[in-house]
Amino acid sequence: MLELRNISKRFDDFSLKEVSFSVEQGDYFILLGESGAGKSMVLETIAGLVAPDSGKILIEDKDVTYEKIQNRPIGLVFQDHAVFPHLTVGENIAYSLHGKKMSREEKHEIVKTIADELEIPGLLNRKPGTLSGGELQRVALGRTLIQQPACLLLDEPLSSLDTRLKGDLRRLLREIHRKGQTILHVTHDYEEALSLATRIAVIDKGEIIQSGTPSAVFNHPKSEFVAHFIGMKNFFPVKLVTTDQTVVAYTGNNIPIRVVTDAPGGDGFILIRGEDVLLSVKPVETSATNNFRGTVVEIHPNAGGVEVTIDAGIEIHALITRESVEKLGLKAGNTCWVHFKATAVRYINK
Amino acid sequence: MSWPFPTNRTGPSRRFRGSGLNYKEPQNVNRLQLTFIFLGSLVLLLIVAPLAGMFLDTTPTQLFETARETEVQDSIWLTIYTSLAGTLVFSIAAIPLAYLLARKQFPMKKLVTGIIDLPVVIPHSAAGIALLGFVSRESVLGKMGSAVGLNFVGHPAGIAIAMAFVSIPFLINAARDGFAGVPLRLEKAALTLGASPFRVFFTISLPLAWRNIISGLILMFARGMSEFGAVIVVAYHPMIAPVLIYERFGSFGLKYARPVSVVFILISLTLFIVLRWLAKEKNSEIVK
Repeated sequence: MLELRNISKRFDDFSLKEVSFSVEQGDYFILLGESGAGKSMVLETIAGLVAPDSGKILIEDKDVTYEKIQNRPIGLVFQDHAVFPHLTVGENIAYSLHGKKMSREEKHEIVKTIADELEIPGLLNRKPGTLSGGELQRVALGRTLIQQPACLLLDEPLSSLDTRLKGDLRRLLREIHRKGQTILHVTHDYEEALSLATRIAVIDKGEIIQSGTPSAVFNHPKSEFVAHFIGMKNFFPVKLVTTDQTVVAYTGNNIPIRVVTDAPGGDGFILIRGEDVLLSVKPVETSATNNFRGTVVEIHPNAGGVEVTIDAGIEIHALITRESVEKLGLKAGNTCWVHFKATAVRYINK
Repeated sequence: MSWPFPTNRTGPSRRFRGSGLNYKEPQNVNRLQLTFIFLGSLVLLLIVAPLAGMFLDTTPTQLFETARETEVQDSIWLTIYTSLAGTLVFSIAAIPLAYLLARKQFPMKKLVTGIIDLPVVIPHSAAGIALLGFVSRESVLGKMGSAVGLNFVGHPAGIAIAMAFVSIPFLINAARDGFAGVPLRLEKAALTLGASPFRVFFTISLPLAWRNIISGLILMFARGMSEFGAVIVVAYHPMIAPVLIYERFGSFGLKYARPVSVVFILISLTLFIVLRWLAKEKNSEIVK
């Protein structure tokens, strides 16, 4: 559907190096990278705002590398939404309908449908200056979706919103995707990636480092950078079950993990920082509600200390000091106990 | 030695000087402000005093009589419409040029910018001489005019060209600032929404730079109306108001030049206040 082949572009202080990836029909593809990694540049290249030095861009099997911006079947939502300040919300949304062979009433009808979908039907006659950040982002989305783009390009669409609005907009994006819209979304936020993506690519310094499903990328980071950037080795897809008293996340092989979250039950991910995992050689009474018996699989020194991998039905990575390893006498094959608090578990809704 | 350097007695202590946080404004600055206010008042006086003097020396009867003269009415009307025509006709090419200057990098851009400012710095009588050669019957433009029965010299069209020549930098510079202030992203967004570059210009760039462009148009119009030097060389007749004022002064003296001047100034002022007011109304509508 959308394919980049060896796209390169040199600037004075930055370059894209042989960027290749492909977004399939119906994908929610997230390009994950730190700010300055070249994410926005990739989107602008696809949109035609920047011409690559070399490489090819194909959309629906058609080479559009040097196609005019206005003829590309994509829709780009800018990071700061770029809603036209001198036009009303309705005029903004209808902007791309200009020159289309349809009556005024038909156009009005389409604009109304889109506004309803984006839950902004009451704003059509307002000027953007009077809208909140979340509303502006919806106007920008509506203005783009009305073109029925083959692929929707989103540049950090959630970054300027507060937590509550982020949740609302995520839900909306998921809904748009569920209706069949192919989306390429760039962000620096791994939570966003986990929450929305069906496929992920990680970009650093203008290069794609790894791509695949969220589980593949998060569970098997290919390089130090990816591991560090994602920052979470303890990452598990789970099914959340909430009862009156407890909230338990069940991993794929039904290991129950206690978490603290307001989220309703359903599919999601949990993340536990290696620093938050305690190890002991005997069962001990602590305030931690998650206690598992397991076997040490690997002891691996790294920059932050020593990483100990324990198989407790699921593979848990603990980051502890060299002294602790010696004190506990940990060796591969030893039995040991793993403890972490329910509050140390981060749950991300899918 | 105490002024303008703050001393320990009146100014901040050495310890806090320049720290920004605890820096109290020393009294010396107030003395500085007083000096500047005094000097500034002198400048205002220089502008206001002669004008006020002229207004006070003209009786209402004189004003009324002068305003009723056909010659005066004709010249003021001519001044207004030639300047307006020059402004509108030349803006068709000047506004796109301003857009190019704001948005594109091209070879010798500095030279182009310099050329645009030329009319402001050269003496306007010299500009008139240059223009006269350019529009006279022997020139290419003059011949083209003659072919359709138009002689620029001594014709309102020539006057409009002379006015536009000296006043066009005001429009170009204001419009260029206006276009430069339109976020590039908005134009890019419009392109990604399927608009052609022409449509982007007319629906995004132009409306968003409109405030500056209107202000530039008003300035150009005003500057054109007040032009004397370039116009008198190209067309002594028909007489625009500044030339009429000069002629009355030369032929009859100060006493006869004054009422015409006052009438012209009053009409110009009214016109610009109304235009500014209209522009403001329109702009607040665009932004809200």
